[in-house]
Amino acid sequence: MSASSEKYEAVIGLEVHAQLLTRSKIFCGCSTEFGAPPNTHVCPVCCGMPGVLPVFNRRVLELAIRMGLAAHCTIAPRSIFDRKNYFYPDLPKGYQISQYETPLCKGGYIELPGDGDNGGPTRIRLVRIHLEEDAGKNIHAPDCSLVDFNRSGVPLTEIVSEPDIRTPEQAGAYLRELRSMLRYLEVSDGNMEEGSFRCDANVSVRPRGSDSLGVKTEVKNMNSFRHVEHAIAYEIERQIELLEAGERVVQETRLWDPDRGVTRPMRSKEYAHDYRYFPEPDLPPLIVPPDLVEQIRIAMPELPAARRARYTSEMGLTPYEANVLTQEREIADYFEAVLPGLKNRKAAANWVMTEVLRVVNESGRGVAQSVPAPAEVGSLLKMVEDGAISLNAAKTAFAAMCKSGKNAKATVSELGLLQVSDEAAIAAACDEVICAEPAKVAEYRGGRDKLFGFFVGQVMKAMGGKANPKIINEVLRRKLAAS
Amino acid sequence: MATDSFRLTITEARELLRKRELSAVELTRACLDRIDAVEPLLNSFITVCADEALAQAREADRRLAKGGAPPLCGIPLAIKDIYATRGVRTTCASKILENFVPTYDATVIARLRAEGAVFVGKANLDEFAMGSSTENSAFGPTRNPYDTQRVAGGSSGGSAAAVAADQCLGSLGTDTGGSIREPASFCGVVGIKPTYSRVSRFGIVAYASSLDQVGPFGKTVRDCAIMLRSLAGADPADSTCSTRPVPDYEAALSGEVKGMRIGVPKEFFVEGMQADVENAVRAAIAHYQSAGARVVEVSLPHTQYAVAAYYLIATAEASANLERYDGIRYGVRVEADNLLDLYRKTRARGFGAEVKRRIMLGTFALSTGYYDAYYLKAQKVRTLIKRDFDQAFACCDLIATPTAPTTAFRLGEKMSDPLQMYLSDIFTISVNLAGLPGLALPCGYDAEGMPIGLQLIGPAFGEEIILRAGDAYERSGVLTRKPAVV
Ligand SMILES: [Zn+2]
Repeated sequence: MSASSEKYEAVIGLEVHAQLLTRSKIFCGCSTEFGAPPNTHVCPVCCGMPGVLPVFNRRVLELAIRMGLAAHCTIAPRSIFDRKNYFYPDLPKGYQISQYETPLCKGGYIELPGDGDNGGPTRIRLVRIHLEEDAGKNIHAPDCSLVDFNRSGVPLTEIVSEPDIRTPEQAGAYLRELRSMLRYLEVSDGNMEEGSFRCDANVSVRPRGSDSLGVKTEVKNMNSFRHVEHAIAYEIERQIELLEAGERVVQETRLWDPDRGVTRPMRSKEYAHDYRYFPEPDLPPLIVPPDLVEQIRIAMPELPAARRARYTSEMGLTPYEANVLTQEREIADYFEAVLPGLKNRKAAANWVMTEVLRVVNESGRGVAQSVPAPAEVGSLLKMVEDGAISLNAAKTAFAAMCKSGKNAKATVSELGLLQVSDEAAIAAACDEVICAEPAKVAEYRGGRDKLFGFFVGQVMKAMGGKANPKIINEVLRRKLAAS
Repeated sequence: MATDSFRLTITEARELLRKRELSAVELTRACLDRIDAVEPLLNSFITVCADEALAQAREADRRLAKGGAPPLCGIPLAIKDIYATRGVRTTCASKILENFVPTYDATVIARLRAEGAVFVGKANLDEFAMGSSTENSAFGPTRNPYDTQRVAGGSSGGSAAAVAADQCLGSLGTDTGGSIREPASFCGVVGIKPTYSRVSRFGIVAYASSLDQVGPFGKTVRDCAIMLRSLAGADPADSTCSTRPVPDYEAALSGEVKGMRIGVPKEFFVEGMQADVENAVRAAIAHYQSAGARVVEVSLPHTQYAVAAYYLIATAEASANLERYDGIRYGVRVEADNLLDLYRKTRARGFGAEVKRRIMLGTFALSTGYYDAYYLKAQKVRTLIKRDFDQAFACCDLIATPTAPTTAFRLGEKMSDPLQMYLSDIFTISVNLAGLPGLALPCGYDAEGMPIGLQLIGPAFGEEIILRAGDAYERSGVLTRKPAVV
């Protein structure tokens, strides 16, 4: 951070477009599946043919309400759709059906996880969550431009935050939390590469301590969380440099150029619109019956923030551990399914965070496809807890199970990983070692404590490496002490 | 019989077809021959579908032979060229859609097809239904069958003229501000604009979505009742369409008006209206009185603002509805070096003057800084107009007014003065703003023999009462239908 940046504070608001997980589009029956050949998921309605009419997909409403409730929004009992007018080849009707004056959800907030140092969670307030349809996609070939309308009419929610965000890192944390919530709720898959989770940022800076707002720019074209953080960091520095040089920030839309790592202004023609919003006459008002909201509220899953709180307060995990485990619902669910019968939850948490997540991440597939069932990992960890196998043996067994798909018991016995915990057998081995090494025994008893490890090693060797080290320790200490 | 069967009403033809005294093919041939004979004088059609119509007629004959065929089976109809018809070009009388062939049917077209109706052709109209004379057609104006020097009215002028000139037995139009009732009045036929939401709009190319409504033209009120029953009803493809059950409109035609309270609004008898029109409408009202109806004076005080409110709301919606004609996916495209010029040139060449005028008006009304003063204020006026009607219907069962202030005017007479043209719809527009049903039927002829139209307005979903009143007037025989001159 340069010296001048200490003098300033950034004010950041984010607009996120998340694709809702419906099978069909928002105003017609076409499929929303990603990756189909161009213009195969289209019909007269989503291609804007003359005379066709939109019909609202009620499934969209349920998903958006779920997100609204999770974000503590007020759900409007009556909202309307509006037409947002502009010409672009990927917009077949010449207007986008969106919500303007009366969004489905108002207010609310997203709680960011505390990082342990700066204390508790931070709240980022929301302005609104509304519904709209996606546009198609322009494809530029060397000699012509083509349009693919497969995306046209895919349902989106736009989630607009208040300018409560202060740093690029916080923007990243907000997006991760939002994405995590959307995935927990099964409202959106939050996939940035496939375009089902997109973000624009409004960025301005002001002298630290000031409560007025500076001139903002809107930054677009950021395709990953990293891009968002980099683009915002760049934009903050750029604006500070301008102000320090006595220049002014121009209100404009800028595009992030990830290759050059800079933002550049969009040509004014690309965004200078008067959208001429007005109520969509082809759709009746969106009425939300109170009992629908209640039904959705009752069926809400536990959200990441609640899980984090439970993991730290009830299980004694650190905020960091709680955060890692809860980011994906699949992982948190897995973790909880490992727990039954285990005393040491911390050990289970560590196991999931290291062993399980490593395999899941390396495989690039889902949890169910890459690691053994959680109950099997639970029984493996139970064996460690009971001293039946060593931690290292458990790792060996886990690796084998990931490949073979066999259960924990069979794998441990097949690989001969069970440790001997029979005290009599261990005592016999200890006696043999003590008899075989009289000189070392004398040295140890004379005060060379360091030799203890040597005896442990010898006993372990004598037992083929499968003895319970804890019991060896106990027996050896007792026997060596007795002279 | 077969040779002049084109003169039949739907009611008459239905009987003959059922009894197999007339075949659908004979009837269709008669209409097609009639089209050939008078079309050069009238220009009622943009596209005549002779081969398709005969194929439909043959299929209808097979169904009629089996017995139990639906009411419109084998009946030759004309369709305003703003209804999407699968496989048949749908131009909206615009250059921009000159060669557009839809892959889908409008819901009402699909319903009529399923009934076995025969579509003889796509009728002429004002481009995108914007106009009151059918002079704003890229395919030339339609002429009035009573006097070919006069307009047929609009925007559904082709549909009205085709029925008046017996080119078909009935037809379909659309009515956004009077586009069924005014041409019905000018051409001396019957036309009904149903309650907004009574008939599906799916597949009807949109002009002003909150006002557009589908409706039939017929030679008699009964014919309109028969057609309306086939058109009306819920449609999952139109979420603004009502799910109310559809009554048997024909069964409502009891011929009885005794005890009916007929409201007469003083605001609808204005200075400057043609004296013959006022006299004929007052005579019709007097007839109702003599038949046992009670005439009550009612007031619709916000009527004077209706035209202004209409031209803000309708044009605002139109400005958005017509954005899809951009030369990208279908229709006319004028190539250009860049995207903006492609849009400009395509739309400049594709749209006619009146369409451009309304797009500009509507775009202005919705623009930042003007929205509240124009669009929003017009919506408030609309609410007041609805309230006027609600209050009026508290003390009457239906309202009787003239359909238009004049009879059909001469071709070209109002083309240079859009405002005068807009005033042709002064008596019909408020009915659209209020979303109510309105029936137009002939109630006399002026000194030059041009038809005069009576308008009967009902409360929402009050189609039965206005049809009953219209039919009773027709049956009384005070007016014998005078055939068109052509
Ligand atoms: Zn579609």
